[in-house]
Amino acid sequence: MTLTTENLVVPLAHFDLEVTATMSSRVTAIFGPSGAGKTSLLDAIAGLRPLKHGRITFDDVVLSDLPARDRRIGYVPQETALFPHLSVARNIRYGGRHNEAHVVEVLEIGHLLDRGVTALAGGEQKRVALARALLSAPRLLLLDEPLSGLDWPLRDRVMQFLQRVRDDFNVPMLYVTHDEEEVAGIEEEVVTLGGVR
Amino acid sequence: MTDASIIWFTVRMAALATTLLIPPALALAWLLARGTWRGKSVIETLVALPLVMPPVATGLILLKLVPHGVVFTWRAVVVAMMVMSSPFIVRAARVAFENVNPRYEQIARTLGAHEPRVFFTVTLPLALRGIAGGVVLGFARALGEFGATILVAGNIPGRTTTLAVAIYDRVQLGHDRAAWHLVAAGVIVAFAAIWLSEKSTRLCT
Repeated sequence: MTLTTENLVVPLAHFDLEVTATMSSRVTAIFGPSGAGKTSLLDAIAGLRPLKHGRITFDDVVLSDLPARDRRIGYVPQETALFPHLSVARNIRYGGRHNEAHVVEVLEIGHLLDRGVTALAGGEQKRVALARALLSAPRLLLLDEPLSGLDWPLRDRVMQFLQRVRDDFNVPMLYVTHDEEEVAGIEEEVVTLGGVR
Repeated sequence: MTDASIIWFTVRMAALATTLLIPPALALAWLLARGTWRGKSVIETLVALPLVMPPVATGLILLKLVPHGVVFTWRAVVVAMMVMSSPFIVRAARVAFENVNPRYEQIARTLGAHEPRVFFTVTLPLALRGIAGGVVLGFARALGEFGATILVAGNIPGRTTTLAVAIYDRVQLGHDRAAWHLVAAGVIVAFAAIWLSEKSTRLCT
């Protein structure tokens, strides 16, 4: 499983983000200070942001030739973006029901299925967003600051869930964070965004 | 013609006009909210025009645009009501669509949803409350429509006479008491319509 970005140029508000990298680990951490374009890179990989040029490939598939809906990228954005008008069950099934029982068990969200998402606690929202991404049978998971907005004991707990997802599901993850310590327990490879022009 | 039949006719016409207006108004509102295209500001201005022009002027324009077979029929009543209430529905729906965080739509796409599914399962439900508000206003505007209606549909008792036209007609003829009956009935209908829709909006959100 290898994700490659070749001569990738993503136009941002104040500069062009250029990334050429090969990522082939189960968990690749993407570091960079805020404003370095980390979220924009994930958006570009997911097909939500146009490229100026370059190519994104996953194994033999040229992702950058596909629309977002055909890329099969599971995206857990920083704000989770759970659909506020749908229940937990309808949220997680939105993209499919692949491996549902197992995902629900691993992330321990079975008791939340009938609840609305707006009443969930921060850690629960992160787990539901993870489940929604996993049920769509993604070839790659994008995690944007998955521990942001959580207090310390909760951060450890959500990190344990992320490690379980890493070990139980055969889906490589790109893990974006500004905090190097945060991913010490999970990262296997590091890409640093910097050298901003 | 009885008061009840005038009111029933007006309510039916306003409901029909609003229902016919909703699909094109939502489509246009969505294009205005999400799209960037040439001529957008021209269309925006055109949509707002019935708000600021004298309704009689709009009626005169409609008289030139509407086919001959339609003028002075109940269809002309519906056309006049649709035109006059369109700004309320389009503008409310546009704001409602703009207030939907595009992130939800983007994430729906990453989950494999094609555009119609994104619209009907994410955008529309999240915008529903604002749209409902606009539809109520549009319906209320249609109920009270006078200026455009009288020019393009006239005042043919039993065929095109709406509530507002009938009130005017009775006042002109010096039948003030009969006019006041209609005013009272009109107030009750408008009150009931708005109260019901407020209630249903609260239920569905």
